[in-house]
Amino acid sequence: MSNIDLNKIWNYTTANESKDHILLKEKYDLFINGKFVKSNSRKYFNSVNPATDEIIAKISEANKEDIDLAVKAANSAFKSWSKLKAKERAKYIFRIARMIQERAKEFAVIESMDGGKPIRESRDIDIPLAANHFFYYAGWADKLEYAFPNTSLEPIGVAGQIIPWNFPLLMAAWKIAPAIACGNTVVLKPAETTSLTALKLAEIIQESGLPKGVVNIVTGGGKTGSEIVNHPNIDKIAFTGSTKVGKLIKRSIAGTHKKLTLELGGKGANIIFADAAIDQAVEGIINAIFFNQGHVCCAGSRLFVQESISEIVIEKLKERMSSLIIGDPLDKNTDIGAINSKEQLATIKKYINIGMEEGGEIYQKKCIISETGNWCPPTLFLNVSQSHTIVQEEIFGPVLAIQTFRTIDEVIEKANNTPYGLSAGVWTEKGSKIFKLTKELNAGVVWANTYNKFDPTSPFGGVKESGIGREGGLHGLKAYLKFK
Amino acid sequence: MARINVLKTYKNFIGGKFPRTESGRYFQIKNGNNELLANMCLSSRKDFRNAVVFARKVQKSWQNKSSLNRGQVLYRVAEMLEGRKSQFIEELMMTGLSKLHAKNEVELSIDRLIYYAGWSDKFQQVFSSVNPVASNHFNFSLLQSVGVVSVISPNEYSLLGMISVIAPIIVGGNTCVILSSEKNPMVGISFAEVLNTSDVPAGVVNILTGKRKELLSHFASHKDVNAIIYCGDNNQEIKEIQHLSSENLKRVKIYKHKNWDHNSSQSPFFIETCQELKTIWHPNKV
Repeated sequence: MSNIDLNKIWNYTTANESKDHILLKEKYDLFINGKFVKSNSRKYFNSVNPATDEIIAKISEANKEDIDLAVKAANSAFKSWSKLKAKERAKYIFRIARMIQERAKEFAVIESMDGGKPIRESRDIDIPLAANHFFYYAGWADKLEYAFPNTSLEPIGVAGQIIPWNFPLLMAAWKIAPAIACGNTVVLKPAETTSLTALKLAEIIQESGLPKGVVNIVTGGGKTGSEIVNHPNIDKIAFTGSTKVGKLIKRSIAGTHKKLTLELGGKGANIIFADAAIDQAVEGIINAIFFNQGHVCCAGSRLFVQESISEIVIEKLKERMSSLIIGDPLDKNTDIGAINSKEQLATIKKYINIGMEEGGEIYQKKCIISETGNWCPPTLFLNVSQSHTIVQEEIFGPVLAIQTFRTIDEVIEKANNTPYGLSAGVWTEKGSKIFKLTKELNAGVVWANTYNKFDPTSPFGGVKESGIGREGGLHGLKAYLKFK
Repeated sequence: MARINVLKTYKNFIGGKFPRTESGRYFQIKNGNNELLANMCLSSRKDFRNAVVFARKVQKSWQNKSSLNRGQVLYRVAEMLEGRKSQFIEELMMTGLSKLHAKNEVELSIDRLIYYAGWSDKFQQVFSSVNPVASNHFNFSLLQSVGVVSVISPNEYSLLGMISVIAPIIVGGNTCVILSSEKNPMVGISFAEVLNTSDVPAGVVNILTGKRKELLSHFASHKDVNAIIYCGDNNQEIKEIQHLSSENLKRVKIYKHKNWDHNSSQSPFFIETCQELKTIWHPNKV
């Protein structure tokens, strides 16, 4: 049977999500104590659309004084917020959830404009999950004694939260919702390149009537982040980002009273056995590595294919890659959007070059790439082994390193041979194999016959150098409670 | 000339519709001054059996909705009730409650719905387990809804009592047929109007009005009902329920307490009581 190349016959017409219903200001200030206030630094930086290089808005850069104001506001709000009846606390959080749901489309469009992710993902995953997270943790506020029976628990105080640019609103929700549900107050800093949806969330928080100072949102880069980490009146740091910065944070708060949770990098092993449903697995491998342009800490960036099926799997992968649509994040047909920033694009390109220099066999989807914006075609590397840099280090881009294996013990050994331990995937139709693997793999999350699934009820987080602590589910509450 | 009020006709709530009782009978609810408030449906065995058919029909699909979705639906019920707060306060006052008490009862009712909406996607984590068996198996236990539940709603706290009983039943994926408070059944039917505008699928909650004496035995003996909840402390009735429910080994839960306004009247155990535990074994050795 000859293969019909559908792409040659038909092309998708563009189906752009409209931008005219969104409200964006030219300039965004800091959200401190319930109000938008000018930064003491008087400095602004640009938030750029990574698909077009256009400046979307100017964002305020918070300095030490600003962080101090935010922490003071959070501290003073903590006194009454932590004493407020839990069920009333919950109602504010439910309100936030509902208001995100009501404005979901606007948030999705802004998320895609600011971060470069396909609108299909921001619309169907990021924004609904963010709303659900608030909904979920709102419900916990007055039920904590059932989560941790026979304990006496209290909120910790002021949480300093620093989040990454890959899931901007969702990460804000992961951090804020459990923290305030447990009665803490928050100073949150979104990533420098993706502050907008966090600031839009600040608008919702203001409209929801949440007492002032309970959530403060400050913007800026690494320096602003370190002011949060080092502020003496912050009681807990929650950080999601690179392992390098995570270690730095752990070092800087050593000897202080600050509690810490870290959600860091990963090099997820995606393992496909000969007895897997191959087409389903191929779809899963594609999703595991190319979801959100590979800007996913739990991305399945190391593929292990059982030797007997490696040829067919690689052939099918290439075939599937040929139909991926790379382009305008606001086009509803787009599968792969823009790389989040110039810096990240440079990092990815650096790794691709290293991969080739070290002898890897590269395969890239052929596609026309726009002159403006940051783009990287989906990339595979064959003929690589455990010692290759691109197998060891997190790239955080659409680059998949493929290796083969023969036996289960071999693949377990290879999969676990990494300093990371965030996620893994297993593809097989044999249940016992799944449970054997899930038992043996050193990872905080293991997906079987699926990949990159997230839910507010499901704990997420890594072992080893992928982080400390879990977010999501009953277990995610623990990071925001003090046990006496 | 003063405007003449339009009076509401109170009917049953079965399968998402408001039919009159097929028996054509009625009973009267009067206020303290012996003035007629409403002619209520005096429901029969046939009404109950019809309601069970609807409850059974929709049970699977209700159970198969995601926990998140059931939580959202319950939250929506709370939102609708909040919007009709004044109506319910008035209706409770008509039957003799002070404004303060009526307001308190309605507000607690809304909060209770939200409390259980929150439990929708949480109780499973509290009650289920992974069991460390000695053999090479992955073994876990989880809760599943029991099915169709018949409910003799409390006479006290006609609104709050009913909500306190049915919210944990439906949030766990069950469907139910309820006998509204015999003393004050009106508000139960008005609550049906709230349910009917809140995305609760037709048949998930069915509400009848009538007499315990007549209906109790059918609620307890129906073969297609999996559990019965009885609110009250009449030992004769309790014995009858326990006896009749033996035929199909219906699960029986008796709530003798009457302080439905108290915090002890809400907990995840109210959900767990209408759940069955299922244990699953799976080999983990290749």
